[in-house]
Amino acid sequence: MGEERGTWEAKKGLAQMLKGGVIMDVTTPEQAKIAEDAGACAVMALERVPADIRAEGGVARMADPEVIVRIQETVTIPVMAKARIGHFVEAQVLEALEVDYIDESEVLTPADEKNHIDKHNFKVPFVCGCRNLGEALRRISEGAAMIRTKGEAGSGDIVEAVRHMRKVQGQLRWVKSLRPDELYAAAKELQAPVQLVIEVARTGGFPVVNFAAGGVATPADAALMMQLGADGVFVGSGIFKSENPAARAKAVVEATTHFNDPARIARVSRGLGVAMRGSQVSDIPDSERLAVRGW
Amino acid sequence: MKIGVLALQGAFREHEEVLASLGIPAVEVRQPEDLHGCGGLILPGGETTTQRKLAHSYGLWDPLARLGRQGIPILATCAGLILLAKCIDGEPGSSLELLDVDVRRNAYGRQVFSFETPLAVPRFAVASGPPDPFRAIFIRAPRIVRIGQDVSVLASHEGEPVAVEQGNILGLSFHPELTQDNRFHAYFLEAVRRHKTTQVGQMQAAVGDYASRK
Repeated sequence: MGEERGTWEAKKGLAQMLKGGVIMDVTTPEQAKIAEDAGACAVMALERVPADIRAEGGVARMADPEVIVRIQETVTIPVMAKARIGHFVEAQVLEALEVDYIDESEVLTPADEKNHIDKHNFKVPFVCGCRNLGEALRRISEGAAMIRTKGEAGSGDIVEAVRHMRKVQGQLRWVKSLRPDELYAAAKELQAPVQLVIEVARTGGFPVVNFAAGGVATPADAALMMQLGADGVFVGSGIFKSENPAARAKAVVEATTHFNDPARIARVSRGLGVAMRGSQVSDIPDSERLAVRGW
Repeated sequence: MKIGVLALQGAFREHEEVLASLGIPAVEVRQPEDLHGCGGLILPGGETTTQRKLAHSYGLWDPLARLGRQGIPILATCAGLILLAKCIDGEPGSSLELLDVDVRRNAYGRQVFSFETPLAVPRFAVASGPPDPFRAIFIRAPRIVRIGQDVSVLASHEGEPVAVEQGNILGLSFHPELTQDNRFHAYFLEAVRRHKTTQVGQMQAAVGDYASRK
């Protein structure tokens, strides 16, 4: 009987297998090993963590394929990698490398200021960032099989992640409350395809898995996002820009699993050393904010 | 009758939704206390490495192994199947060893090779004739590379077993929780009911034995 590869269910399904877990940004095989040992459910390979991109400036691109391959050889958990928004050839290269998921990410310098990648053209699944429900549904209509709220990457400040998650959840509740004949206007307001808005209203939930990202720096940050309704958490600079990455990584994983258990979160948060210093999002000028990239 | 679903990481909620659709309550298992009173267990898909580490560090490993050896019915999908196997990637000693099969992880390839395929499952035959095929979703799936003599095969893909059964344990290398087809869950729940009846029977026999000796 026939096999069918890269189906929507298989793409969406891998994200479902990652739920309840923590996906960690790594730039070297050594960091990938630390992440896996701490209990990460996947790693995200990139050239520089967002905090460094923010500090050093310059053009941020897809990671060196050599590094990606070495990370793949080092860990057994899924390996994701970032491509620039609209850079479909970086995505083709990542697919050729057989990465398990591609993050079309605002953290890298966008390659196209109008179009995102047509993600339906790929067998490998994509995750994309969003700040609200409309942006999420636009990405899904382009073929994204997983969504993450953007937050503000590399800031170490959770405020944007909270804003985006509350926005998405609030809009989901709003759509669910509408009469069927109001969904067309809702689609217009959300700037989202009406068929997906109708599906959200019918099923009462998000069509794909939705993780939180951008600003998670402590176990409590991770549990906060889980309690706000995230399916899992991406941690970027928060781990490897802290004093003790291995201990912090393990603690963030434990707080994500047991996000409703404050005593446990208190216990795992002890003695982790200094968290990443970060920068308050309100101090970051609009021109340097990463979350506004993507359209 | 409630079913414990291992909720360390992965697709546990999908299993709970299938159980709910069958009218069966589920409890999320994150620590040993959560196992009390469960009539059966589901080990969901997810990342084996992650689940194994967390099961050890949260004190769940030994209670799970003990319950399994006592014969509690278990439905294990993908990562769950790997956790139950005798031997993973040629190495023994890193799993619960409750199911006499050897597996190779991610043996169908990385995510780009994940696939769907219809499976013939003769066990699901209905009175009106042969069963409809089961649409199986394989995601970074493990391959079952050896089965023990007490293990029976419920379904195969290209000549290799992908659904196996040994006593009360049902191991699948794919994801029935991602489809609307709940036949594997219903099959598992039958085992749970049988097991419960047997236990009650044994208890009554023991009580009867005690009474007759008095």
